[in-house]
Amino acid sequence: MPRIPLSWLAEHVALPAGATAESVAADLVRVGLEEEAIHPAAVTGPLVIGQVVERTPEPQRNGKTINWCRVDVGPEHGEVREDGTVGPRGIVCGAHNFDVGDRVVVALPGAVLPGPFPIASRRTYGHVSDGMICSARELGLGEDHDGIIVISRLGLDAEPGTDARELLGLGEEVLEINVTPDRGYCFAMRGVAREYGHSTGAAFTDPGLPGTVTDVAAVTRPAGGGFTVELADDAPIDGVAGCDRFVAQVVRGVAAAGPSPTWMQRRLTQAGMRPISLAVDVTNYVMLDLGQPLHAYDLGLVAEPVVVRRARPGDALTTLDDVGRTLHPEDLVITDSPDGRTGARLLGLAGVMGGAETEVSGSTTDLLIEGAHFDAVSVARTSRRHRIPSEAAKRFERGVDPQLARVAVARAVDLLVAHGGGVADDAVTDVDRTVPAPTVPLPVDLPARLVGVPYSAAEVTETLETIGCRVAPSGDTLLVTVPSWRPDLRVGVDLVEEVARLRGYDAIPSVLPAAPGGRGLTGEQAARRAVARALAGDGWTQTLSYPFVGADQHDALGLPADDPRRRALRLANPLADTQPEMRTNLLTTLLETARRNVGRGTTDLALYEIGLVTRPVEGAPPAPQLPGAVRPSDDDLDRLAAAVPPQPRRVAGFLAGARERAGWWGPGRRAEHADAIAAALLVARTVGVPVQVRPDDHAPWHPGRTARLELADGTLVGHAGELHPQVLTRLALPARAVAFELDLDVLLAAAPREPLQAEPVSTYPVGKEDLALVVDADVLAGDVEAAVRDGAGDLLEELRLFDVFTGPQVGEGKKSLAFSLRLRAGDRTLTAADAAAVREAAVAEAARRVGAVLRGA
Amino acid sequence: MSTPEEPVPALSPLDADAVDAALTRALDAVAGAADLDELKAVRLAHSGDRSPLSLANREIGRLAPADKAVAGKLLGSVRGRLTAAIAARQGELEAERDARVLVEEAVDVTLPADRTPRGARHPLELLQERVADVFVAMGWEIAEGPEVEAEWFNFDALNFGPDHPARQMQDTFFVEPADAGLVLRTHTSPVQARTLLSRDLPVYIACPGRTFRTDELDATHTPVFHQVEGLAIDKGLTMAHLKGTLDHFARAMFGPESRTRLRPAYFPFTEPSAEMDFWFPQKKGGPGWIEWGGCGMVNPNVLRACGVDPDVYSGFAFGMGIERTLMFRHGIADMHDMVEGDVRFSQQFAGVL
Repeated sequence: MPRIPLSWLAEHVALPAGATAESVAADLVRVGLEEEAIHPAAVTGPLVIGQVVERTPEPQRNGKTINWCRVDVGPEHGEVREDGTVGPRGIVCGAHNFDVGDRVVVALPGAVLPGPFPIASRRTYGHVSDGMICSARELGLGEDHDGIIVISRLGLDAEPGTDARELLGLGEEVLEINVTPDRGYCFAMRGVAREYGHSTGAAFTDPGLPGTVTDVAAVTRPAGGGFTVELADDAPIDGVAGCDRFVAQVVRGVAAAGPSPTWMQRRLTQAGMRPISLAVDVTNYVMLDLGQPLHAYDLGLVAEPVVVRRARPGDALTTLDDVGRTLHPEDLVITDSPDGRTGARLLGLAGVMGGAETEVSGSTTDLLIEGAHFDAVSVARTSRRHRIPSEAAKRFERGVDPQLARVAVARAVDLLVAHGGGVADDAVTDVDRTVPAPTVPLPVDLPARLVGVPYSAAEVTETLETIGCRVAPSGDTLLVTVPSWRPDLRVGVDLVEEVARLRGYDAIPSVLPAAPGGRGLTGEQAARRAVARALAGDGWTQTLSYPFVGADQHDALGLPADDPRRRALRLANPLADTQPEMRTNLLTTLLETARRNVGRGTTDLALYEIGLVTRPVEGAPPAPQLPGAVRPSDDDLDRLAAAVPPQPRRVAGFLAGARERAGWWGPGRRAEHADAIAAALLVARTVGVPVQVRPDDHAPWHPGRTARLELADGTLVGHAGELHPQVLTRLALPARAVAFELDLDVLLAAAPREPLQAEPVSTYPVGKEDLALVVDADVLAGDVEAAVRDGAGDLLEELRLFDVFTGPQVGEGKKSLAFSLRLRAGDRTLTAADAAAVREAAVAEAARRVGAVLRGA
Repeated sequence: MSTPEEPVPALSPLDADAVDAALTRALDAVAGAADLDELKAVRLAHSGDRSPLSLANREIGRLAPADKAVAGKLLGSVRGRLTAAIAARQGELEAERDARVLVEEAVDVTLPADRTPRGARHPLELLQERVADVFVAMGWEIAEGPEVEAEWFNFDALNFGPDHPARQMQDTFFVEPADAGLVLRTHTSPVQARTLLSRDLPVYIACPGRTFRTDELDATHTPVFHQVEGLAIDKGLTMAHLKGTLDHFARAMFGPESRTRLRPAYFPFTEPSAEMDFWFPQKKGGPGWIEWGGCGMVNPNVLRACGVDPDVYSGFAFGMGIERTLMFRHGIADMHDMVEGDVRFSQQFAGVL
């Protein structure tokens, strides 16, 4: 994001004396430019100019030669001698590119250089070195570490003792701002200065208009006779030409590969760019200043005409970053015409990155400077396709002022001539197919209607004119012609935001709207809360987990190869390559949570999670690509619905260790399969749905200790029971741990829609009967219980199985199940005959269904 | 109906002095009964069937008619007094016994009572419920949507065109294959479109839910997080209504002194757009503004995508992070604790936030 050195900003807008990065940030945030960071000064502490007064080379045993220097750093910073006079400091320096009399940059003890690299007096090579003579790289001024800085070579001069931080701009804080995608014009000092003016009323001078940073004549005289450029886009995207403006000018005899001036290098460094050479630095500087990306070609390597066209099949290009790229027919490219073959050779990806071949080299003296306007969508796609988020692309895809190219090229040419010598050609190429900025109709009351502040027509008009719009009233509507640098202003609401923003969001009153009466939570929402609370009340702790899983986790659960839970939705860009899938069940991730807790020393653990899982449908159609701003047809909405995979809501729990603790009351009780089943039944009971329990064999559970929970019609709700010992071993979880997982959506769909109709409570006396039935050992207790219940009929109020007994008394291969029955009628006191009849009927039904015999009979 | 073997202390029902003396003996015995067993013996001896007073009473039937009334009155009175004295003593002795037994039964109630393990809700879930309650109290309803979402709902319907830079800035998880047209929703905003397409106007909904961005987990970022989205579409809604709703919500979350501040911003699905800060009176180091989320007036293109006429209806939308809200509200410094599922984190919180 753009970095704003205040001294640079001040060139375009009147910054008040004493403005700081912090105060400017506060002013900018009011108009929507948020502070990203404030970068502290690159160098703190004493950094001064010194003059070398002695330099004594001293060869060392390690083969190196160091220079023992005396450096005059001025009276304030000099070395205090024993007699009280002040003299030069002694400094050891390893570089040799300087001599006595040169003025250099000295970091004194207490200074901190970028790194951070604190400077202190130190004993080295037999001397006390009382500071450091600095190179450009040590100061963060560039990559040049060949030797130390001699300031005269930078075109600078200053007396010894002068503050070098000030001189080199190293003491300045830099404000970095966050620019939202609609406001590309703020990727330049020009735009930020304009916004600062809007926020504070400070005078802004637009450097993008002719005459501010360029000679008026240079940018207004007719173009023509320059380097030939053809715009030949035969496949515009959405009808928008890839390039509607191309300005070019030639400069000859420039020291293009030499260094740019120090002030420019300093500003580029402050703005976060690396100084490279005059040609590159000038194009970058003008881009940072005005917002117009520029490109400098080695004129000798470019053959007329330059042609802007779409890539052709087979086109390939090695870009400046030395990456060879195969181009896509939608890529807009800059080409030239060697040997008369028009548009045959690729020079660059338009607005994204230049090619390596025509790069400015050490021997370049003649330059062709390009300033063009490219379609935002075209640049965005190319930048994305080739993964080149270049500075140019960043600006073009957010919108560049189409009327800026001429000024920017003239400015770049001026800077090249001023700092690199040479002469610019008079002829300028300007292929201009831009259309006038649009006129946006704005109902004059729309700002007030949407913002809730009673802006007058005059206020609206004045505000829009402030940002550069031309406003013409037409009845109740304002016809607003937006400025060329605001391509983001396209419709009325865009202008409403400008009005609200510049008049201040603080002016908006606070009014609580009265919504129509609502219906509260839906039944499902209320039921889900009830489930979450019921489990917490039952001793389970709710956790959340990331839904990302890998196939190895399914392996650990022992899921069979064809288990539908292995059919998972895959992410194209997962955070971890080992977990590219979305979970298809909760236990997979809940068990990871359990592992973490166990790993941290929790031994008695009861966890639950409620969340969505994703169950992709095999062969589901892709989601249709549909335009925005238009309601899709009902068919398209159906297609969208069909493409989004089902994401049922599940609830799962994991329990290990003690379900009841040991204590002064006696021993505890270890968790067992029945606890998981009980929790599952608790969930079902909480939402009011009867479920039945059947045995099942289902990973990751123990095959002999797994309950299948199902609705009365057999619909699967979930499973509960003890986990498979191998699964627990693989996951290093405690032995005998138990778990459940239920589909809450299935349960909620089965929940009664109508309010439950209550049974009256009988006040007649209860009758109690016990019943012991002997059945074969493999008969399910649940089946016996169901038979007893059905046989007992309407008089049965409550049935409990209270004992299971095996032993010689009941016979080999048999078991005895003892039930207690509570009987009651709603209309009378039961007689002994009534109770006997119920018993008889219950026993008879149990005998019929499961071969039960009354114990002792 | 006496029997010969009865030891009969001859007490004549007409001998008032003797009857009184018997009563006095009886009352002394009652008063002297030290416990309930003794009292029971006293009662049998002095008021039981074979007690002198009972036997004397029985004799009344044999008296001459003229004497019956006198004797009946005498014995009735005497026996009544005795019965009352026994009952009173019975009450005293029972009270004494109870007091003693309850003292003997006293236990150490400070012994631990945590026989069953303690459960807990996850605070992110509790906070989402609380947020929902605040909006429900205003008459809003709670809407939901899928986490794996069609790109159209996550982006296009919300005015993020396919080439819009903002779409690239969303750090989106994409679903394979590339043409599936599915993403993990990057915000709860797709619920706006789903709601408008499925409900009648006006609409006032809040949507808490889970969202995804390709951020690595660190102290302040998590790739899986929660937002609450608000959407109101009605006739005549303005940014002032947005501000009023946010102020109300801030007060509900952070106390009566809280409020919100809007700063210009950009989101494709709102215009005008704003970043919102809330005033946090309990901020560490002194009260101050904290960034909370984004908001704005729903972009007409979003309304059009949902079949709503922007010339008739307007509305606002906002979204903020639940994690962030929880962090500030409860002084949580590190995101890890919220996402790792360590039971010790959840167990710090009570059943309500």
